[in-house]
Parts: sequence; structure tokens; C-alpha cells
Amino acid sequence: MINKFSAFFMRRKNWAIPYVVFLAIFVVMPLLLIVFYAFTDAEGTLTMANFRKFMLHPEAINTFVYSIGIAIITTLTCLVLGYPAAYILSHSHFNTSRTMVMLFILPMWVNILIRTLATVALFDFLNFPLGEGALIFGMVYNFLPFMIYPIYNTLQKMDPSLVEAAQDLGANPFQVFVKTIFPLSMPGVTSGIVMVFMPTVSTFAIAELLTMNNIKLFGTTVQENINNGMWNYGAALSLIMLILIGVTVLFSNESDGASNEGGVI
Amino acid sequence: MAKAYLWLLLVLLYAPILIIMIFSFTEAKVLGNWTGFSTKLYSSLFAGNVQHSLISALWNTFAIAMLAATISTLLGSIAAIGIFNLRSGARQTINFVNAIPMMNADIITGISLFLLFVSFGISQGFTTVVLAHITFCTPYVVLSVMPRLKKMNQNVYEAALDLGATPFQALHKVIFPEIRPGMISGFILAFTLSIDDFAVTIFTIGNEGLETLSTFIYADARKGGLTPELRPLSTIIFVTVLVLLIVINKRAEKQKTDKIR
Repeated sequence: MINKFSAFFMRRKNWAIPYVVFLAIFVVMPLLLIVFYAFTDAEGTLTMANFRKFMLHPEAINTFVYSIGIAIITTLTCLVLGYPAAYILSHSHFNTSRTMVMLFILPMWVNILIRTLATVALFDFLNFPLGEGALIFGMVYNFLPFMIYPIYNTLQKMDPSLVEAAQDLGANPFQVFVKTIFPLSMPGVTSGIVMVFMPTVSTFAIAELLTMNNIKLFGTTVQENINNGMWNYGAALSLIMLILIGVTVLFSNESDGASNEGGVI
Repeated sequence: MAKAYLWLLLVLLYAPILIIMIFSFTEAKVLGNWTGFSTKLYSSLFAGNVQHSLISALWNTFAIAMLAATISTLLGSIAAIGIFNLRSGARQTINFVNAIPMMNADIITGISLFLLFVSFGISQGFTTVVLAHITFCTPYVVLSVMPRLKKMNQNVYEAALDLGATPFQALHKVIFPEIRPGMISGFILAFTLSIDDFAVTIFTIGNEGLETLSTFIYADARKGGLTPELRPLSTIIFVTVLVLLIVINKRAEKQKTDKIR
């Protein structure tokens, strides 16, 4: 028996088995459960009622569309603010840039709720009204590092001779940027977009804190339903969000196969 | 000009944290009121008499992170060795499933695990939080160990077996030393991810009164006010992380220069 056991683990590929079992139980099955709950009612019979409820519920639809809008604005703001920062960082002297990059990543390691509350405190301090503006600014604060880092990574790995070649061939600085640098940094840009868009579109607690419960995002709707015991409807809303995330990830993989080069780790 | 832009962004990014730090040195209940310099919040944080629940939340956070990071490092490292030796088809499938918790939104991971636990009638508490944290930490460990395996000479393990080592000895003496750096960075990553997590925790923590730092802050903030002791606590955490990161960075730099020599 023991011999059989050790012979089994002699083969190193069998070492993957415990984790495969773990993944099946804690990753695959929970996702299947979301699908199962989404298409059933409280008694467990198959139904489309949860999705019909979402479609016929203007408040839910509005929140959904509004959340996507806020997420897009946040992502674009992060891109506009973050790209120049990443560009400057990738061009500065090695030693200073290392420290600077660290300074930009550091806030990511502070608990997101503490960071958000600190932002609320800052807005309070400056008498900035807590509302839509605060929501967008607060989320830009929270997620800007996630935009800067991947872009910085791809820019830093870029071959400088390509830029020189463009210059030698007569491109002006604007053309060099538009035709050479920006296209080459696309993997970083797409992974930055995904890394900012996904948490902003799915956020729940942050929005409540930044707007004093005045603005509701889709994440909050999902959380409320789950908390109030409406598991089936909550699961249907989760599934809708999951599909949105899946589409975002697919889009980023499609637009660039090497997107993981810009990954954050 | 360019430098000025970077500094402006940094000032903006750090302004909230600085506000918290500055107002940790005053007694006022409400953040933003300056009632004179005082270290009373620090002493009452350490006396622990005012905020017993805050201290226990802190302790829970640490215990959960320690357990989750240790288990995910072991599970993920063994899994990485296994996955590395699989046929490419099976490997790609596992890598895809492995990527799901990293790509997925935290709230979805949380809800999916919540549904798993309620469907099987598992009461939620400390264990379920640890299990949930292992779920989203292990993929990062697998990813940080995998490159070390790729770099390693594949024949050394076989050689050890040919020379009479048992698979366990070969693991211990050959593979383990090679992948150790990946395991360490995987552990650190898992630990910080676990400490920082809010969305997955809130769905798997149940309602038995168990609190982590994140859920404590969340509950506190919803009540309206923020416990004043959170200010010195955040300051301490921030400074600790800052010092740790500087030390890690200096160490990495030193290793690099040592290697060049």
C-alpha cells in the first residue's frame, strides 16, 4: 500500500493532483454554482425569471449602465494622467526612477478602505462635495498606480533603437510618439486598462464611502441582494458582471497576445 | 517640467495618507479637527482598553494571512512542480483555471465562494475565510514558482533519483533549493494580498462576530464615524510597509551588485 502510494508520487506530474482537486472545488464549482443559482428560483426549478427581473427593473439597468460609464471615465482619466507619468519614469535616470516607481506603487500596499477613507477625509478637509466628482477622483486615486505600473514596464523594455530609427527616418517628435512609441506600449496600456476598469466596474464599498451612500454602483446592488438573501437574483447579477469581465479580458487578450508582458507581477 | 508633473501626482496620491498621519497626532474624534499635538491615540491603541475589537480584528487579520500564505505557498509550489511536468494540453487547461481567481473581480470570487459554502451548509467563519484566501493567493504562488522551475536543469532531479535518493529527498535537496526564491516572493505576495483583502472576506466571514481589519473599518465607516485609533494604526502600518519595501529593495539591489562582482 505504502509502496503503491510512493510509486504514485514518484511521477512528478501527479503532484498537480491536490491542486487540481482544490481548483475544482474552490474555483470551478463556485462559478458553476453562480450559473446554477442564476437560472433557478428559490425552489430550485429552472427559470429565466432572475434575468427578466433585471431587464424589467429600470433601476437595476440604470445602475448597471451608470457603473460602466463611471468605470470608463475613471479608466480614461487614469490613462490620461498615468501615461505621461509612466513615460517620464521610463526616461529618467535609473536610480531616481527606481525610487520614484516604488513611490508610485507604495500606496497600493495600503489597505484600500483606509486609503478611501483618507481620501474622504481629504475631500472633507478641502470642502469638496462628496458626490459624483468625489467618486471619480477617489477611484482615480485608488487605481492610478495600476495604470502607471504596466505602462512603465512595457515602455522600459522597449528597444530605444526603434525610436532612434524613426527619428533617423525623418519623423518629428509627435510622429515618433504616435507611430512608434505608443503602438509599442499597447500591451502595457491594455493591461493597465483592464486592471483599472475591472476593479472600478465591480467596486462596492468604495462608492458608498466616497458618496455617503448617495450614489449606488452595480457592485453595491449585487452585494445588497446577496446580503438580503436574494441569492438567485444576486447570482444572476453576478453572472452579468462576470460576462462583462470575461468580455474585457478577452478584448485585452485579443488586441495583444503579449499582454502578460505588461502584467503587474 | 517633467519632474514637476511626477511630483505633483505624488503629492496628490500621498495627500490623503499624509492627512491621516498628521491627524494621528491629535485627539479630536473627527478627522480634520486639530486640537493640539498629542500622542494619546497611540497610547490608547497600545493600551488596548478602548478598542478591544480593533486589536482582535488586527490579530485575526494577521493569523488569517499567516495561515493562508503558508498553505498557499506549500500547495502552490507542489502544484507548480506537478503542472510543470504535465503534457502541454493538460498544463494549459490548469493554467487557464489557475488564472481565473487572478482575473476575476474580487466580488465575484467572494460571492461564488459564499454560494459554495451555503450550498453545502458549511457555517462561515475563520476556516472559510482562510480557505477563500488560499483560493485567490495560490495562483500567484504558482506563477512565481514556475519561472524558477523553467530555469532549472531538468536532469539534476533524475540524477538524484539514479543515485538512490527517494523522491522526497530529491525534492528536499534538489528542487526545493532551486525554487526557494520563487516560494519566498510567492509567500510575501500571498501575505500582502490576504492582509489587504476586503471583498472576498466580507462574503465568507459569516456573521458570528469575527472581524478582520478590513471588515472592522468597513463596519466602522458605515456607522458614520471612523474610530480615531485607526489613524495611528494606519500610520504605523504605512510606515512599516514603507520600511519593509525599502529594505527588500535594498536587498535586491545588493544581490544584483554582488552577482555582478
